[in-house]
Amino acid sequence: MQKLYNSKEYQKYVDKKSPNSKLGLNMLKAFLTGGTICVIGQLLTNYFNSRDLDQIDAATLTSMCLILFSVILTALDLYFYIGKFGGAGASIPITGFANSIVSPAMEFKTEGYVMGVGAKMFLIAGPVLVYGISSSVLLGLIYYIVK
Amino acid sequence: MAAAAAIVGPYEGDGPLGNSFDKIIPNDDNGEKSWEKAETKLMKDTYQLLLQKGSTTENDIDYVIAGDLLNQNIASSYAFRGCEMSYLGIYGACSTFGESIGIASMIMAGDFAKQIICIASSHFCSAERQYRYPLEFAAQRTPTAQWTVTGCGGVLLQKHCFLQKEGTGPMVESFTAGRIIDQGLKDANNMGAAMAPAAADTIATHLMDTGRKPNDYDMIVTGDLGAVGTDICRDLLSQYGFDVYGIHNDCGLLMYDRNKQDAHAGGSGCGCSASVFSAYLYPKLQSRELTRILFVPTGALLSPTIIQQGESIACIAHAVGIAG
Repeated sequence: MQKLYNSKEYQKYVDKKSPNSKLGLNMLKAFLTGGTICVIGQLLTNYFNSRDLDQIDAATLTSMCLILFSVILTALDLYFYIGKFGGAGASIPITGFANSIVSPAMEFKTEGYVMGVGAKMFLIAGPVLVYGISSSVLLGLIYYIVK
Repeated sequence: MAAAAAIVGPYEGDGPLGNSFDKIIPNDDNGEKSWEKAETKLMKDTYQLLLQKGSTTENDIDYVIAGDLLNQNIASSYAFRGCEMSYLGIYGACSTFGESIGIASMIMAGDFAKQIICIASSHFCSAERQYRYPLEFAAQRTPTAQWTVTGCGGVLLQKHCFLQKEGTGPMVESFTAGRIIDQGLKDANNMGAAMAPAAADTIATHLMDTGRKPNDYDMIVTGDLGAVGTDICRDLLSQYGFDVYGIHNDCGLLMYDRNKQDAHAGGSGCGCSASVFSAYLYPKLQSRELTRILFVPTGALLSPTIIQQGESIACIAHAVGIAG
């Protein structure tokens, strides 16, 4: 049978026929989810400050707590539902990053601790580490030169 | 087709066809330590059920033609490890079941076998970890995404069914093998739209080749085009001059209740068409509620690697004409 559309035409045709995500609703859910996580973070920081920890220590401890919450929620099969609801609101904060490391670690346990858990733990988080650290180094270099 | 059997997972058991399946496993792990082993057991158990329902034994089977979605087809290979009959493993992605029945029918028509088992499976968890993300990863699915069915379906083909016009059981009467169609789509989250042109191409080719009209069939049922692909396929076929509205249905849409279950655009996977055919369509053919159907499993022949390299999605559909 002859092709009815070329690639460009077919892509346009499919875009018309395919339902789009509900952008407005998703944005609201992401805002609420991400916002809630950040509010919890702020409350933790405030608490640590009130216990006479300086800003850096308070921030570090806050991050550690949020990571711990995410690890526990991921292990309990709960963070998945937070992500399903909140989308980017759940994946952007540090809790999402922790989830992206814990989930492959859980998943690939069947292939053993070395080739499974060890090798595949950073399957999703890998690019974040590589490009995050690399850009920090680059910016640091530029800052040093400019200074 | 002397017998059919299907075993599915709990999610599929909760769907509208839940009562039709031979067995619903209580948990996705099927009592095994890994998803791959769970799928292997699913296929093994379906095969055993098929032997029982067909009142035959392993020694009387000439070939098993099996396939699944896993790399190197391990669910199938390991399910039939150590079995007496000859094993032919195939890969057609979600079109595997149709490909299997087609090849089996050609082998029998050439008088090379008396009994062949055609079987295909998929498992949501084993497919996700291979094609997409770990299960606990908090990623959102798009509206066009489909849910890989945890299920296995199989049929037992017997030569005498093919020869006797008035034989017992539904008969395979025609097979149109598909060709690989790629319309340039790159979104792996919208496979229905990628597969629709392949389905339309094979169905149209089949109808022209046999000189038939859509109305000659009680039902033309595709494998897993889902909501988006179904709409597109019907439209493409009408542009080819074939009106299938009212006759066309899709296994991916039959498998889940999309209003109650979170299956987005519908079911997919080798197990989708295989289990829906074996549990739902086959009994209707046996009872002659359906007298002639065109069964068209559809497959997206992609891999994560080739998509990451920027390629588009190549698809295929195989059409099997079955008379009740």
